[in-house]
Amino acid sequence: MVMSLAFVMLTGCSKEEEKIKIGFNIPLTGDIPKVGEASRNAAEMLKEEINSQGGLEVGGKKIPLEFYYEDNESKAESAVNVALKLIEQNGVVAIVGPNSSKQAVPAGGTCNDNRTPMVSPWSTNPDTTKDRPWVFRAAFLDPFQGPVASNFAAKQFNAKTAAVLFDVSNDYSKGLAEIFKSEWESKHGADSVVAFESHGTKDQDFSAQLTNIINSSPDFIFVPDNYNQVALIVKQAHDLGWTGPFMGSDAWGSSELMTLCGKDCIGQFFSTHYAAAGAKGATKEFIDRYTAKFNETPDDVAALTWDATRLLLQAIQDAGSYSSDVKVERKAIRDSLSTIKEFAGITGSMAFDSQGDPIKCAVVVRIDENGQFVFAESVCP
Amino acid sequence: MDILIQNLLNALQWGSFYALIALGYTLVYGVLLLINFAHGDVFMVGAYIAFFVATFFLGFVDLSPWLTLALTVPLTMLLTAGVGVTLERVAYRPLRRKGAHRLYVVITALMCGLMLENSNLALLGASRKKFPELLDKVIYTWGNVSVTNLKLIVIFTAIAVFILLEFIVTRTKIGMAMRGISYDKFAIPLMGIPIDNVIVFTFVLGSGMAGLAGLLFAMSYPILEPYMGALIGWKAFIAAVVGGIGDIRGAFLGGFLLGFIEVGVVAIFPSSYRDLFAFSILLMILWIKPTGIFGVAKTTKI
Repeated sequence: MVMSLAFVMLTGCSKEEEKIKIGFNIPLTGDIPKVGEASRNAAEMLKEEINSQGGLEVGGKKIPLEFYYEDNESKAESAVNVALKLIEQNGVVAIVGPNSSKQAVPAGGTCNDNRTPMVSPWSTNPDTTKDRPWVFRAAFLDPFQGPVASNFAAKQFNAKTAAVLFDVSNDYSKGLAEIFKSEWESKHGADSVVAFESHGTKDQDFSAQLTNIINSSPDFIFVPDNYNQVALIVKQAHDLGWTGPFMGSDAWGSSELMTLCGKDCIGQFFSTHYAAAGAKGATKEFIDRYTAKFNETPDDVAALTWDATRLLLQAIQDAGSYSSDVKVERKAIRDSLSTIKEFAGITGSMAFDSQGDPIKCAVVVRIDENGQFVFAESVCP
Repeated sequence: MDILIQNLLNALQWGSFYALIALGYTLVYGVLLLINFAHGDVFMVGAYIAFFVATFFLGFVDLSPWLTLALTVPLTMLLTAGVGVTLERVAYRPLRRKGAHRLYVVITALMCGLMLENSNLALLGASRKKFPELLDKVIYTWGNVSVTNLKLIVIFTAIAVFILLEFIVTRTKIGMAMRGISYDKFAIPLMGIPIDNVIVFTFVLGSGMAGLAGLLFAMSYPILEPYMGALIGWKAFIAAVVGGIGDIRGAFLGGFLLGFIEVGVVAIFPSSYRDLFAFSILLMILWIKPTGIFGVAKTTKI
C-alpha cells in the first residue's frame, strides 16, 4: 500500500512537465472590475495562441505557459497580498500587473523587495518604477501624458483657464492632476487653473465640488479619473448646468465607459494609449481576433496587457535558457528585460529608458456619436 | 449668493437619501429596540430590484419610460419590503422567540447585511450596472443656480414620506400599537394586539422606504454596485442617532443635517476633510445631548 502510494507520487512528480508560471495581479472585483476582465481576456488569448503551438520556445525547447489570475479587489493592500501570494505560494517567475497606479505603486515595492520581475501594463504614475530595478511597465508616464492633455485642450477648446476634479485617494488621479496643474500654470500663468477640487474613491455625489468648479467658469474641466467615476461626474456636471467640454485621461478608456456614461460622454476627448477605430497592421489583427473571441472592442488595458505579457515572454526567450530554479530564472528575466532597448508592441513601438519606462507615443481620442473612440491626434515624445 | 442656494439644493438632495434610510433605522429601533444594520444593504437591494423591474418593463414589455416609472415605484417598494420581512422572518424572529439578548440580534443583522452584499457579488458579478433613464431630464436655471426635475422629486418625496410616517405612527391604530410595543412589549399581547403582525408592518414600512430611496438613488446616481449601501447605511445610522434614534422627526432632521454638513464642508474645504469634519460636528452634538436632538432619556421611543 505504502509502496504503491510512493510509486504513484514518484511517477506523478517525474511526469509533471515544466511550465512557465506567470502571475497576474489584476482587479476582478472592486471599483474597476472591467479593467481586470480585459486584462484576463487578453492574457488568455495570448496563452491559447502560444500553448496551441506547444508552448514558448526557449533555447530550442518548447515550454507551455501557465497563468495565475489573482484578484486585487482594486485595493492597494490587497495588491500587496496578491503579489506575495503569487511570489511565495504559486512560485511565479514574473508578474504582470497591477493595472492602476493605486495598486501598482505598493505592489511594485513588494515585487522589487522580493526580487521578482513585474511589468505593469497600465500604470502611468512615475513612482511605480522609480528606483526599482525589478519593475517595468508598458504604458507611458504621467509627466508625458499631462502635457499632452494640456496642450491638446489649449488648442482644441482655445482655452485659457482650466478646472480639475480628481480622486485624492488614488495615486494615479492625484499625480496626474498635480502634473497637469503645474504644466497648465507654467504655460498660461499663475491662477489659470481656476478650480482644483478633489473627491474620495467611494464618493457618489460630486455636486459641491462641481458647483465650485462651474462657478469659477473655466474653459474646460480636466477629469483624470477612473471610468466609473467619470460617468457620474460628467452627468452631474450637466445636471448642474455645465455645457462646456471635458478633457479626460487614459483611465477613461474602458469599453465599459459608454455603457455607464451614455450620451453624456459623447463629444468628449481623452488622452490614451491607442485608438481602436481605424487601427492598422498588427494592432488591427489583434483587435479583430479579440472582437471575434470576446464580442467587444479591446480597450487600452487589453492591448497593454497583451504587450506587457509579450514583453515578458520576449525577455524569457532572450535569456536563452529556462532554469527550473525560480530564483535564478527571475534574475535572468530581469536582466534580460533591462537589456531590451526596442520593442514593437501593438500599442506602438517603445524604447526603454534607465528606469524601465517606455518612451512611446500617446493619442488623443474623441468619443463620437456612436460611442466609438475615434483618433483625433497623436503626440510623440 | 448663487453658490449658497446651489449648495443648499445639493445638500437637500443628498440629505434626502440619508433621511429616507435613517427613517428605516428609526422605525425598527423604535419598535424593537433593534439596530437593523442590514438596512443599508436592504437599500442596495432596493436599487437593484428597481434596476431589474425597470429594465424588465423597458426591455421585455416595451413600455414607455413614464409608465415604467409609474410601475417601478410601487413594485420596488413592495419587493424590497418583501426582502425586509424575509430578513425579519428568517433571522430576527427566531432569535426573539428564543429570548436572545439584543446584542446577538444586532450581530445577526450585521451578518445579514454582509450576506446580502456578497450574495449580490456572487450572483451578479462585480461589473457595475447602469440604471436606465426613466425620466426626461429637465434642467431649470435661475442665474447660476441649476436644478433638475429629479432633484426636486427626490426632495419632495423625502418630505412626503416623513409626513406620511409621522401620520401613521401618531394618528392611526397600528401606529398606536407600534408605540405600545415600544413601551412594553410584554403587556401589549395581553391587550389582544398581534405583536408579530405589528412588527412585520414595521419592517414593511422601513424596507419599503429603503426601496424607494434605492430607486431614487439609482435614478440620481445611475451606477449600481454591490457595496453601494454599506457606507451610506452607516452614515444614515449615525444621522438617526444624532437626531435621536427612535424618533421620526429625529431621523428626518439628522439625515438632512448630515447632508448639509457634508456638502458644506466640501464646498469650503478640500474633500479629504469631509468625513473628519462632518463626524466631529456630529460627535459634538452628541456630547451636548447624548440622546440625540429629539431623543428622550428612555421609556418610549418612536
